[in-house]
Amino acid sequence: MVNNGDTAWLLVSAALVMLMTPGLALFYGGMVRRKNVLSTIMMSFVLLGLIGTLWLLYGYSLGFGPNLGGIIGKLDFVGLRGVGQSPSDVYATTVPQLAFMIFQAMFAVITVALWTGGVVERTKFSAFLILAVLWFTVVYCPVAHWVWGHGGWLAKLGVLDFAGGIVVHISAGMSALALALLLRPRKGFKEKEPMEPHNIPMVIMGTGLLWFGWFGFNAGSALTSGGLASSAFVATNASAAAAALTWMVLGWIHRRPSVLGVATGAVAGLAAVTPAAGFIPPLAGIPIGIVAALICYYCMVLRAKGGIDESLDVWAVHGMGGIWGTLAVGIFASVAVNSAGANGLIHGSGILLAKQLAGVASVAVFAFAATWVLGKIVDRTIGLRVREDEEVVGLDISQHGERAYGGISP
Amino acid sequence: MKKIEAIIRPEKLELVRTALAEIGVFGMTVSEVSGRGRQMGITLQWRVGEYRVEFLPKVKIEAVVLDEDVGKTLNAIVRKARTGDRGDGKIFVLPVDNAIRIRTGDEGESAI
Repeated sequence: MVNNGDTAWLLVSAALVMLMTPGLALFYGGMVRRKNVLSTIMMSFVLLGLIGTLWLLYGYSLGFGPNLGGIIGKLDFVGLRGVGQSPSDVYATTVPQLAFMIFQAMFAVITVALWTGGVVERTKFSAFLILAVLWFTVVYCPVAHWVWGHGGWLAKLGVLDFAGGIVVHISAGMSALALALLLRPRKGFKEKEPMEPHNIPMVIMGTGLLWFGWFGFNAGSALTSGGLASSAFVATNASAAAAALTWMVLGWIHRRPSVLGVATGAVAGLAAVTPAAGFIPPLAGIPIGIVAALICYYCMVLRAKGGIDESLDVWAVHGMGGIWGTLAVGIFASVAVNSAGANGLIHGSGILLAKQLAGVASVAVFAFAATWVLGKIVDRTIGLRVREDEEVVGLDISQHGERAYGGISP
Repeated sequence: MKKIEAIIRPEKLELVRTALAEIGVFGMTVSEVSGRGRQMGITLQWRVGEYRVEFLPKVKIEAVVLDEDVGKTLNAIVRKARTGDRGDGKIFVLPVDNAIRIRTGDEGESAI
């Protein structure tokens, strides 16, 4: 039975999540050098086209089609066959299945966009498109089915992931790390050439759009418009706020309270609360955010010390933030908040935490390994990386024949 | 004719322009430049840690003046652009072979 309130909220949420991808494009685009800003923006923005098409053609079916062995969805929904104005029997049963399908489409788009932060300023665009299709098909759709699909093996195990800590953030973070290792550092990285963020106000605009869109991402994942959505909304804001503030303090202890740091902290808090938002009491967002900022900050320090050019720290922020948040479900979750959830360490037992750990470990390992193999295949066949002279001149000109900021003529 | 190339602190540009106008030097070309000298660079912050920027923003003024105006031009720039700290900039004086006013075709001293 279609509920109008639920449908309105889910459609608005889908639109909010859609806006996160251009938001991410600005967030990433501001952090690279000016010669690569369009290339960086393009690697996110083009996915609204690419994944936005593939999701309707076959992605939704692989993720949410009838279960095949707990691993993948069957092809029943290919080309949206049978996906119409009436609700699904198993997913979001109070809204048209089309609304649920398009909400999920936006998650697929931004998850692929997320890992591009690890490979900016050196990836050949044609190779990127092929890798994006492979990754979407081989990593995203199966993992979405494992965790969210009716009959998915992690779902059956009892692993909880409210809005995508595992499906979105761990998978993107681990994949970014694998690809960054495969691609090797940007030219000049080892020589410590400054890789100055060329437009921090652009990063802040992106962060604002991400934070805004994240309300659709997390509170929309309630799939209804009532109390649970409100609870998830508040938890989301609590974590983002606490993490932004914590990161500012960490930066201040070291030197100065940087704007880029506050923005990074907010995103870390948002990523961490994603799997937890609708399972935890709203105020638990605050400790989740504080710990997320601490973990992500020091993982970033560690990554830099390790000499790994995972350029925009997708692993440190989304991977580790997502891992922390997924484990935090096992600590803070309460059935008083969401009867479809479970009790964590504080409200019950450690069993949920063990299940969460299993979910984290299996997807982290799978995403890293599968992405490594896919990356290797693309690298061996058409080559993942641009030529050295193309990298020097910048990817905006060498890959797209455009420049972001006009020349001397009026 | 001499060309004066003065590299100064950006915040001193307006003071210098006014002082030059007072002594009759109106024409100039101004550009935003980056450079380094004894002031060295600056340390900025990344999301964690920091990085070094070796070039600092300055403004370069280029003006061509008559030989007899060189002294007072230099004097005006030094007087207005000076703070006494490192990073005040430098002035270079170069000989000029010829000058042409594109609109009229005037050459030499009458073109400046």
